[in-house]
Amino acid sequence: MRANIVIIGGGISGVAIAYNLAKKGMKKIVVFDDNYMSGGATGRCGAGVRQQWGTKGNCIMAKMSVDFFERAQEELNYHRDIEFKQEGYLIIATNKEEDERFSENVKLQNSVDIPSRKLTKKEALEIVPHLNEDIFVSATFCPTDGHLNPFLMTDAYYHAAKRMGVEFFYHEKVIDIKVKNHKITKVITEKREVSTTRVVNAAGGFSKEVGEMAGVDIPVYSENHQILVTEPTEYIQGPMVISFAKNIYCQQVPHGSFIMGRSDPNVAHNHDIKSTHEFLDEMAKTAVEILPPLGELRVIRQWGGSYNCSPDRQPILGDTDQLDGFYLACGFSGHGFMFAPMTGLLLSEVILHQETTIDLEKLHISRFNNKSKAEYEHSVV
Amino acid sequence: MKQEDVMVCRCEDVSLKDLHQCLEEGYTTFEEVKRILRIGMGPCQGITCGLLVQREIALYLDLPINEVKPHHIRPLVIGVKLKSIVEGAKNES
Repeated sequence: MRANIVIIGGGISGVAIAYNLAKKGMKKIVVFDDNYMSGGATGRCGAGVRQQWGTKGNCIMAKMSVDFFERAQEELNYHRDIEFKQEGYLIIATNKEEDERFSENVKLQNSVDIPSRKLTKKEALEIVPHLNEDIFVSATFCPTDGHLNPFLMTDAYYHAAKRMGVEFFYHEKVIDIKVKNHKITKVITEKREVSTTRVVNAAGGFSKEVGEMAGVDIPVYSENHQILVTEPTEYIQGPMVISFAKNIYCQQVPHGSFIMGRSDPNVAHNHDIKSTHEFLDEMAKTAVEILPPLGELRVIRQWGGSYNCSPDRQPILGDTDQLDGFYLACGFSGHGFMFAPMTGLLLSEVILHQETTIDLEKLHISRFNNKSKAEYEHSVV
Repeated sequence: MKQEDVMVCRCEDVSLKDLHQCLEEGYTTFEEVKRILRIGMGPCQGITCGLLVQREIALYLDLPINEVKPHHIRPLVIGVKLKSIVEGAKNES
């Protein structure tokens, strides 16, 4: 088998890259994934889409991705509803330090046309009346943030890419990448050999290992982040509520369930995706403290998934000096789903040697060569 | 009885017709069907619909039912109120 390009990873980033390349006319695009569709980080994510970030790179990626989500149903001509709901993200500041940092963040966000704003406690309580008023001092709100169904968004890209001739092989693991004289020659899977000179690493939690197959060192690691979901209930909460200090994000999805997650600061760096009762205890405690009426809801399921983290918690996008024809879309640090439209667009531009829509210098892997230059994203749960 | 009147998943309102459409689209593993249709994601967590889905996949693929993988079982086994979990955790420490 021959291919113009092999994409490793058929999660949201992989399908978005495949779609954008096919749309620009590239032929013989092949995607491999060792699991079922959305079996990795994409299908395990919190289904939130936000633009309220603390670094300019993340803000622009998020803003332009939301612009795409607004027209995705139509552009991808998908036969199911991708369940895009824009009722905002409400980020609460629990102390003076957060309050000041959030004011700076809003300034940065507004500078790239993200319609976020600072709210007083009273204004925040008008939007989410059941918030515990004793635990926060102010908030920020962006009305165009929201929710999107990760399975169906991936499926929508998949169908659109497939119609344009992209070949997908799920349940087929890539086991090696052959390199000769600093050039890629072949991708070897469990079932076949594919001759190609270009490979995209969109392998999510396993992108470090895929890099190693090609002899490319990528400074990323994976860690388990857990989520739980409640039974569906009547509509009571429009926006996602987040607190970085309290370590929680919690949203009522269109289907009626509440979905919520938090991170464990002591989590090991590995591929563990198990559920723990410690998470359940801590999550329940935090949720009931911040949004007291949620105590009445029954938890019906919990699960874990990998964040693929980079040193500055911003994605690693583009080519690499280490190997010709090897492209990276990894290190999303928990927000690969919501950035996928831009990931797809930017990677297609880099691969086809077109001018990129945004300057990729700050997201290129070479930024880690000079450690003092890197900014750090604080706005992550 | 019409396929759209036969409910396979009562929690999420998924009919036999929905399931067959999904199989026709090429999603023939339980995990895929679950993610596209939400089948087995409701309060019963697949206890009611699990075997029905396995049987329909088996018939569709012409396989013995024991060769169709059931979906991955996740905690919790039964729905528990968030506040009960908070109370329970207090008593443990």
